[in-house]
Amino acid sequence: MIALLTRDLRLAIRAGGGFGLGLAFFLILAVLVPLGVGPEPAVLAAIAPGVLWVGALLACLLSLDRIFALDWEDGSLDLLATAPIPLEGVVTVKAFAHWITTGLPLVLAAPVLGVLLNLPTGAFGWLVVSLLLGTPALSVIGTFGAALTVGLKRGGLLLSLLVLPLYIPTLVFGAELVARGAAGLPTQSALLLLAGITAGSVAILPFASAAVIRINLR
Amino acid sequence: MSSFWEYANPRRFMRTTDWLLPVAAGVALVVTAIGLIWGFFFTPDDFRQGSTVKIIFLHVPSALMAINAWIMMLVASLIWVVRRHHVSALAAKAAAPVGLVMTMIALFTGAVWGQPMWGTWWAWDPRLTSFLILFLFYLGYIALWSAIDDPDTGADLTAVLCLVGTVFALLSRYAAFFWSQGLHQGASLSLQPGTRVDWAYKAPLYVSMTGFALIFVALVLAGTRTEIRARRMKALVARERMA
Repeated sequence: MIALLTRDLRLAIRAGGGFGLGLAFFLILAVLVPLGVGPEPAVLAAIAPGVLWVGALLACLLSLDRIFALDWEDGSLDLLATAPIPLEGVVTVKAFAHWITTGLPLVLAAPVLGVLLNLPTGAFGWLVVSLLLGTPALSVIGTFGAALTVGLKRGGLLLSLLVLPLYIPTLVFGAELVARGAAGLPTQSALLLLAGITAGSVAILPFASAAVIRINLR
Repeated sequence: MSSFWEYANPRRFMRTTDWLLPVAAGVALVVTAIGLIWGFFFTPDDFRQGSTVKIIFLHVPSALMAINAWIMMLVASLIWVVRRHHVSALAAKAAAPVGLVMTMIALFTGAVWGQPMWGTWWAWDPRLTSFLILFLFYLGYIALWSAIDDPDTGADLTAVLCLVGTVFALLSRYAAFFWSQGLHQGASLSLQPGTRVDWAYKAPLYVSMTGFALIFVALVLAGTRTEIRARRMKALVARERMA
């Protein structure tokens, strides 16, 4: 499994893997939003948690189809499916690799973009915590979507149509956590619910993804 | 006594629905017509809402069926996953567009009612938001069905999507309630005593709810029959090509 993880990471980081593409997208979004809504600091501060979370979500979405597409094309997915490690494990490792290459950079970059969007000082910690807790769920859910559409010729658009509704609970609790942190309200319930969604998704969805890949490889 | 599972046989299903479909469609039309005409023309105006209260006779039944259609899809998908009956998978496929349209009717009539009553077409109220999210789930489900050529793969993938989607749709519902305070009133009908709706409205409402349920049944039967016929055609064409 570790070998698979390092392989996926290497593939993502080296040329053509699109590493950093999601990060650049996130940055561009954080620049475009103030240009679109105006530089009013109060307005920006009010929408910053939501914009940052939606941006992270879209940046995640951008790189989802890479999770399985290349392996599907060159046939290594068939090999992985017949490998001695269970397919559920393969799927989990793939999701983890996606998180390391997409989710983790987003978490690290988010505070910088928070400055651009005039996020209240008290909310920076919560922004990092919420993204750190929430982005694994985004990767795991996205892996399920990528598994569903792996066999399709033009699955990209369909993938976003399938995955975005599944992202709603994570987005709501994540953005709510940051917004409450920014307003100085109690954050415990949002924090626990977000953590619960991530824990539940990580525990259960790999089984669904693996089942779907078996169907697609049939 | 014949078992319910015999209808998993497409031929048996077709034979029974041959007569059942016209009956169901006819009864559905009559009951819905009675419910709607009774509701629209033979109920008093509400003392505060005026005649806009009558939108309830379209809004509540369609909202009810929008949710029940998804539940039916969930059950049918489960049956397909567990017992591999093709009729079940095709029924789930046939139910999705009906549920989508019911969701649209509920959203639209809600907007038409909300404009004079709340002063807005749309508010990000938890109930409204959950329905919009349900609409998106229907869209995704239908899009996945239409994107896959092989019918069995399509049935499997959409069944898994339906199962996972149900969990996330429920989560989204609770997330929406967590996220915003409601403008929408609570449940108008309830099994508990002390209801808040007068029988003058409740009786025609129950009739039109029954009518909408029957319309749903008739449309799903018709859709399933179409799907079965389409599969037969495909099989015939394939056989022709082999020969």
